[in-house]
Amino acid sequence: MRDTLARWLRAAAWGALWLGSAVLAQTAPPALVGLGEPLEPARLARHDITVFPGGRNLPPGQGSVAQGARLYQAQCAACHGPRGIEGPAARLAGSDGWMGWDDPLRLLRIRKHPLLIQSVGARWPYATTLFDYVRRAMPYHAPKSLTDDEVYAITAHLLHLNGLVGAEAVMDRQALPKVVMPGLARTVSAWPPGP
Amino acid sequence: MLSSGGQGRLARRDFLGGLALGAGGLVAQAAEPLAARMPDSMKTLGGADLPYGQPSHHEQRVQRQLSSAAGFAVWRTPLQTQRGIITPSGLHFAVHHNGLPDIAPEQHVLMVHGLVHKPLRFDLQRLMRYPMVSRVHFLECAGNSAANALSPLPVKQTLGEIAGEVSCSEWTGVPLSYLLHEAGLREGAQWVVAEGADGGSHSRSLPLQALLKDAMVALYQNGERLRPSQGYPMRLFMPGWEGNVNVKWLHRLEVTDAPAHTKDESGLYTQVLADGRIERFAFHMDVKSVITHPSGQQTMPEPRGFFEIAGLAWSGHGRIARVDVSADGGRSWMTAQLHGPALDRAFTRFTLPWRWDGRKAVLMSRATDEHGRTQPLRSAWKSRYASHSFNHYNAVQAWGIDADGRVENVYA
Repeated sequence: MRDTLARWLRAAAWGALWLGSAVLAQTAPPALVGLGEPLEPARLARHDITVFPGGRNLPPGQGSVAQGARLYQAQCAACHGPRGIEGPAARLAGSDGWMGWDDPLRLLRIRKHPLLIQSVGARWPYATTLFDYVRRAMPYHAPKSLTDDEVYAITAHLLHLNGLVGAEAVMDRQALPKVVMPGLARTVSAWPPGP
Repeated sequence: MLSSGGQGRLARRDFLGGLALGAGGLVAQAAEPLAARMPDSMKTLGGADLPYGQPSHHEQRVQRQLSSAAGFAVWRTPLQTQRGIITPSGLHFAVHHNGLPDIAPEQHVLMVHGLVHKPLRFDLQRLMRYPMVSRVHFLECAGNSAANALSPLPVKQTLGEIAGEVSCSEWTGVPLSYLLHEAGLREGAQWVVAEGADGGSHSRSLPLQALLKDAMVALYQNGERLRPSQGYPMRLFMPGWEGNVNVKWLHRLEVTDAPAHTKDESGLYTQVLADGRIERFAFHMDVKSVITHPSGQQTMPEPRGFFEIAGLAWSGHGRIARVDVSADGGRSWMTAQLHGPALDRAFTRFTLPWRWDGRKAVLMSRATDEHGRTQPLRSAWKSRYASHSFNHYNAVQAWGIDADGRVENVYA
C-alpha cells in the first residue's frame, strides 16, 4: 500500500515537472541550456581579426605606396590586372558603371567579366575594409600569407590607384581610418526597413 | 471511336497471325516461358542497391550548371527539372568566393564573443545536444537573375542558368537566440559579425534583433548533415535573407554595436539606386516566381495542344498568397492553382492547365505574398536602380514561345 502511494507520488511529481517544462518551452526559449564552455582568451586572440571602420582592431605596422606597388605586381596583378581594372577578379580602381573616361575599353572588359561593372574604389565606404579583406582573404591562392606591414602597403597602393592618397603616403593604424572613401557620402542603409 | 477502331484492327491482325501459325504455333506458344513476351527488366534479377542512393543514371543530365563568368564559382540549380518544393541537397545552388574548405567536425568550434557577459565556445558534440527546430525555407543569392537585370538583350539560356541561384530545403538546427542569451547580451549590443572558417574568412554583419527572432545555426539539410558546399559542419541561416549573409562553415560570432562594413557588404552585395545613392544592408529577398515548365531553351512537345504550366514562387517576407499567369504577354491573367503547403518563406508550387494554339505566345508568372507584395515588371524594376545594378532582381520572368515551339527568355 505504501509502495503504491510512493510510486503514485513519484509519478505525479514527474508529471508536474514535465508539465512545467512544457509550459516553459512554450513561453520562453531554454535560455540556459548551459552547455557552452568559456572561450579561452588565447583562442579568441588567434581569430579576432575583424577591423572596424573607426580603426578598432587594426594591428601595429605600416606600409608605403611604393612598397605596395611592388607587392601588388607580384601578388595581385595576375588576377586583378596591372592597373586593377582589367580583371578577371574585382575591379579595384576607378568609377562604377558601364563607361568611364579613365578606361575607354571598359565595355569590352565587362562583356568578358560582367562584375567589372563595379569598382571597389567607387563603392566601398571605408578604407579599413581594404586592410581587413586583403589580410583575411588575399592573395586568392594563399590567403592570410601576407604580413601586416605588407597588407598596409598593398592597402596604401590601392588607395593611391584611386587617387585618394599621394604617392608618398604611408598607411598605419592611425592614418588608414582617416582616409575618406567616395562611397561613404553616397551611402543609404536599407536597414531598418521602412514602413 | 478512334481507339476502338484501332483495337479492332489490332485484334483482327492477331487473329490472322494465329491462323497462319496453325495448331503447331499454338502449342509452341503455350510451352514458351513468360520471359519470351516480357521486357528485359522483368526477366532478369535486378542489380544491387547502393549504401547511399543515387538518382537513376538515365537522369545524369540533371546537374547543377557551373559558371565562372563572375570570377568565382557559381553552381546553379536546374529549376527547369524540379517539380516540388524541396531541392535535392546535391542540386542546391552554391556560390563559392574562396573555394570549398574541408573541415574536420571534431576540430570545429563556434565562438561567441564581443558585447556579451560570458564569451563562449561550442564544439559540435555540445551544440548537437541543444534543442533544435526544423523549417522549410528557400535560399536565394542576391545576384540571382543578374543577367536579366543587366543584359540589354535577353540571354538565350535555360531557367537554371538564368535564375538557378535559388533552392529550397528543410533546415534543422539550433536557434541562435539560445546561444546568444547563454552568452548574455551586454548593453549596446546591436549587430553581430558572423564569420566562416573558409580560406577567405567570409564575414557579414547582421542586425541583432532580427537574428534573435529568426536565425538558426543550421546543422542538417533535408534530414542529413549539411553538405560541404552548404557549410558543413554548420552555417548561419536567416530565412528570406540574401544568400550571402547565411555564412557557411560558421565559426565566429562577434556581438558589436555597429556593422563592420565587411568586403561583401561594402561592394558586391550593395546596389546603386537610380539617383546614384548606394543602398546597403538590403537583406530581404522580395517576392518572386518562375515558370519552370515550359522554360528557356525547351521545345513544346507538340505543335499545339494541352500543356500544364508549372512553376515555383517564393517571398522573403512570408507566404505566397497567389500566383497569376499570363499567356499573352501580360494583357490577360489567370490565377494559378497553388499546391500546398504554402509555407512561410519557402518555395510554393503552382500550376495552370493550358491549351496552346500553336501560335506565338509569351508566358509570364506574377506572384503576390500574404502582405500584398507583388512582382514588378522588368521596366518598373529597372527604373528603381541604376542601369548597372543587378542585385535583388525580382521582376516578372517572361518566356516567349515561337510558332515552332521553341521557348526562349524574353523581356516583357
